[in-house]
Amino acid sequence: MLDPVTPPTKKTGLFSRVRQSIQRGPLPPSDDRGRMKMVLNSLVLHIHPVKVSRPALKFSYTFGLGGLLMLLSAVLAVTGVLLLFVYTPSPDAAYESMIALQTEIPFGNLIRNLHHWSGNLMVVVSVLHLLRVFYTSGFTKPREFNWVMGVSLLLLIVAANFTGYLLPWDQLAYWAVTVGTSLLDYLPVIGGSMTRLLLGGSEVGAATLTNFYGLHIALIPLTIFGLVSFHIWRVRKDTITVPREIDQEIDTEKVTTIPHLVSIEFVFALVWLALLISWSVFVNAPLESAADPAHSPNPAKAAWYFMGFQELLMHFHPLFGAIIIPGLGLLGLLVIPYLDQDMETIGIWFRSAQGRLYARLSFLLGVIGTFGFVWLDEIWLDFPGWLPFLPSVISNGWVPMAFILLVLIGYYETLKAIGIKTCEARQALFTLLLASFITLTLIGIFFRGEGMALILPWS
Amino acid sequence: MTEQKASRKDFMNIVWGAAGVAAAVELGLVGLRFLSPRSTSGEFGGTFNMGDFNQIPAGSVTPVEAGKFYLVRLEDGGFLAIYRRCTHLGCAVPFEQSSRQFVCPCHGSKFTTEGDVQNQPATRPLDIFELTITDSGEIVVDTKNPIERNQTSPEHITYA
Repeated sequence: MLDPVTPPTKKTGLFSRVRQSIQRGPLPPSDDRGRMKMVLNSLVLHIHPVKVSRPALKFSYTFGLGGLLMLLSAVLAVTGVLLLFVYTPSPDAAYESMIALQTEIPFGNLIRNLHHWSGNLMVVVSVLHLLRVFYTSGFTKPREFNWVMGVSLLLLIVAANFTGYLLPWDQLAYWAVTVGTSLLDYLPVIGGSMTRLLLGGSEVGAATLTNFYGLHIALIPLTIFGLVSFHIWRVRKDTITVPREIDQEIDTEKVTTIPHLVSIEFVFALVWLALLISWSVFVNAPLESAADPAHSPNPAKAAWYFMGFQELLMHFHPLFGAIIIPGLGLLGLLVIPYLDQDMETIGIWFRSAQGRLYARLSFLLGVIGTFGFVWLDEIWLDFPGWLPFLPSVISNGWVPMAFILLVLIGYYETLKAIGIKTCEARQALFTLLLASFITLTLIGIFFRGEGMALILPWS
Repeated sequence: MTEQKASRKDFMNIVWGAAGVAAAVELGLVGLRFLSPRSTSGEFGGTFNMGDFNQIPAGSVTPVEAGKFYLVRLEDGGFLAIYRRCTHLGCAVPFEQSSRQFVCPCHGSKFTTEGDVQNQPATRPLDIFELTITDSGEIVVDTKNPIERNQTSPEHITYA
């Protein structure tokens, strides 16, 4: 019986009622207004703005690096949760879990490989993402704080990677973590107690494994999740920078996020997922023999992303190699956006033709200079030997540090003296340091053999 | 009257703010204490009796696996118990018989049989453990606390 007051309406079936209760608004949306509303109302999609700049969609601007990081996080979360079900975090059982993954558990190797390679790729991609933002001036006002958050996220990603490094409890893991945590020991005053807190004792042992496990599966991922949400929300609020060529006007055209951005993201994610899976089918994550606290392998190397620091330690007193130089680098990275005054070049790669030229030149200089320095230090430089009356923190720390600072300041002032804009001179200096860090990392990984002696990788 | 009300409100704001800070600090300290290392003393199992000192030839280096140290007898007959952890970055330092040196595989530090730095990057000599020779001529090594030293000195060497 129909109520006489209300007019008869079209009857909705149970199925469409259920569907409508899940998805607010019609699906698929029929017009732009509906598409924008859908982005606004969806929990997942609302991390996007409802409309995006059309030129910013160009792949060669962002290279989808931020999106790739999101995909990698998702892959890591899923494979990580799967691994939780087969892994036991104790020195007696951890390595056996690894063997079980390789031999007994269906697709055990694939899941471990996916987790391992995604985690390592994430470090590389976050650095590339940072560089993309840096070289297109994507950190300028009002985006300075988002840059700071991005740098913090990079540190957290490295921390996640490093804590995960220990979990297989093989020789590689044990000694890389021993070396890595001993770096902290050199921090004045609080270093010793911080290392003890992290290790749960004075050496890497059962307590360390428990600590790293907790950090790796709970504390660090949760912190990353919170910070990433904040980071992406700020991208939406501050809007993404619009790419343009030198001397080109800003193109203000905007298009709706559905379908223009979402479809690109979907295809991009699928292609990368396929690449990751194919790679993980064919290339196994490394696993050495079970951890043996009595025998350090020769050479004992830290995780690859710390090899630049380990290489620094070959040339500087540990206080400088492990604490002061990386600390100054990090500080510089954090304050860069607050020093930048040039708003005219946002969205232009390397700011100008001159900027591009000097960035390239600086990169080349950084690579050559670093190789030269390492080689000179090997065959000739010997400050501790020349200045035997000084403690090594001065002869092998302050002295070489002062020389390098003089070279860097000289380079920066020369660039400014020949008429290069301050922000471009700063960009050149950054590039020089970046190139030298990359070179140090490559030397550490490929050019160091037994006893950490210099070798040629092809001989 | 209104001024009084405002200051009372300000006062309460400060009190509640301070209470919030106090709560955060307390909970932070609770968390830190909760996470502090559980055991610190007697980690390598206390003391090691190495037997009669006459049995150990001069100029020998004997690894003691369970105690994580080397029992060293110098050419002049003096004894040292050297902790095997490299003072540079914590690697286990093996003894190289051919060159009669401790050679760290991680970063290439080298130490003499006495533990003194011969080759950087290590900046301190290897740590030692307290070594005593009893009245009956037995060597006892106490591994509870490694002794850090900034340079080698004759007083670190024990003679029978």
